[in-house]
Amino acid sequence: MATNRLTRNGIAMTGLVIVAFYLAIIVVSLFWLPFDPVTMDTQHLLEAPSLATGHVFGTDEFGRDILSRIMKGCSVSLIISIFATALGAVFGTFMGIWAGYLGGRWDHWIMRVADVLFSFPSLLLAIFVMSILGEKTFNVVFAIGIVYIPQFARISRGAILTIKSNEFVRAARSNGASSSFILFRHLLPNILVPLIVQVSLSLSVAVLLESSLSFLGLGVQPPAPSWGNMLSGARKVMVIAPWTAIYPGFAIVLLVLGFNLLGDGLRDILDPRLRNVR
Amino acid sequence: MIPVLFGVSIVVFFLVRLIPGSALEMYMGTQVEATPQQMEELKRIFGEDKPVPVLYVEWLGRLVRGDFGYSLRTGRPVLPDILARFPLSLELTLFALFLALLLGIPQGIFASIKKNPVGDVINRIIGLLGLSLPQFWLASLMVLAFANSRGWIAMGNYVKFTVDPLKNLQMLFLPSLAIGVGLAAVIMRYTRNSMLEVLQMDYIRTAKAKGLKRRVVIFRHALKNAILPVITVAGFNTGYLLGGAIVIEEVFALPGMGRLALYAIYQRDYPVIQGIVLVIAALFVLVNLVTDLIYALVDPRIRLDEGRK
Repeated sequence: MATNRLTRNGIAMTGLVIVAFYLAIIVVSLFWLPFDPVTMDTQHLLEAPSLATGHVFGTDEFGRDILSRIMKGCSVSLIISIFATALGAVFGTFMGIWAGYLGGRWDHWIMRVADVLFSFPSLLLAIFVMSILGEKTFNVVFAIGIVYIPQFARISRGAILTIKSNEFVRAARSNGASSSFILFRHLLPNILVPLIVQVSLSLSVAVLLESSLSFLGLGVQPPAPSWGNMLSGARKVMVIAPWTAIYPGFAIVLLVLGFNLLGDGLRDILDPRLRNVR
Repeated sequence: MIPVLFGVSIVVFFLVRLIPGSALEMYMGTQVEATPQQMEELKRIFGEDKPVPVLYVEWLGRLVRGDFGYSLRTGRPVLPDILARFPLSLELTLFALFLALLLGIPQGIFASIKKNPVGDVINRIIGLLGLSLPQFWLASLMVLAFANSRGWIAMGNYVKFTVDPLKNLQMLFLPSLAIGVGLAAVIMRYTRNSMLEVLQMDYIRTAKAKGLKRRVVIFRHALKNAILPVITVAGFNTGYLLGGAIVIEEVFALPGMGRLALYAIYQRDYPVIQGIVLVIAALFVLVNLVTDLIYALVDPRIRLDEGRK
């Protein structure tokens, strides 16, 4: 039923196809890349894109093949984004559902913590956390995940508040169900819809945040390729070799667009009432 | 607002404490050996001679009096340096907000009154595309495209607004656009949805039935109500613009607060980072408060005291 509506929703399907395309690239990049993405090649510095040399997207300032680096960077960016979103979603949702369910003082304090985290612009918070933890790939996951905790906390709390006074909750309680049983078996499945939409939109922002951090030199460190640090390297040479800046940027835009289309379409399919959010 | 600011100060203070190695150790890294007495004195100066909660209270006390500490690199007080860079970042943010409203609202209105299936999909994709563009990439492309056009890219020759307003605005146009495009897309989507909702209401049908001109119905009747959620969204996203300014200042080499923050991070100058994070977070909280106030001002149905629990 839901899958049927998914295939008929052009927006969501387009998003899904784009995301699937990137996942396919990751799988391919595990087994095959046109060139080694890390080894420098001084014979072929800043070569323009050409089919004859095999460098379809050209080479960068160290002679490395840009297509190979984009393909390799795909898994770096996507894996960081997925783990960061998962981190934020799990912690945030956990905080939010307990706050909404318990109410009273717990609710007050949990949501005050979320308010405080919310009062940092997301990129600033991520930059700040990176500057403290140091530039390691795992820390990028943490820095982006922390940004999402208050967002998921608010959404899940709001959703719990609207359904917790329903009959079935009272019925479960009078049957002697424990709080955590009610919360995770009865309430959580009922608030999955807004959470799924939020996950999709968060993934899009996570890709942007990761690339911004790497662009500023605070994320994934060279020589490991990430779309952000590729663009950072391209800044010095883009006037003479624009392809170094153009293709990695397109890679980001397309993936982010894919997640946005998917999230937007899913919102239409799963919950028409939420159409006006964001 | 005060409790949130209080919480922000706690987070900033304790996060900075998580850094391996103290500020004193970092400072000493470039210095010669010190005698035990000198170490005691230095510890006192760097505020490392007391338990952490006591240090926090003392730090907060100094903060309230405008003492944000001293840069580890230049030895200068932090706050004046931040305040010197602040106007540029603020100008960038406001300019970006202005451009986002200027681009987003008319496009949103247009999308809501010219409704057809093809146009809707195109509009939606434009909107989502705007959300999907990395600001720094857009900025890099702008630098690439305008590298040879004089006056549009500052690149180290930044001119203050007070010196030459026109030239200043010209230099800040592209950076502001790069920051504002994402918000413009958000505003466009909100305006469209909000207009569509309002246009279905009975009083709009009444206005149309009275024989009012289409333009009057749309702008005087519908837009007035539809614009309210848009104001909220624009306000709450101003923080996002502030964050964006950090990256964009770097790309366009503009000497704002964001660039100061980045260099402080590269040099591990924690008092400066701490100061900037505090200033931006405080500003963010303030902007949210102002948004609430404007909302109440624009919409007479909303009174702030009614909303309180």
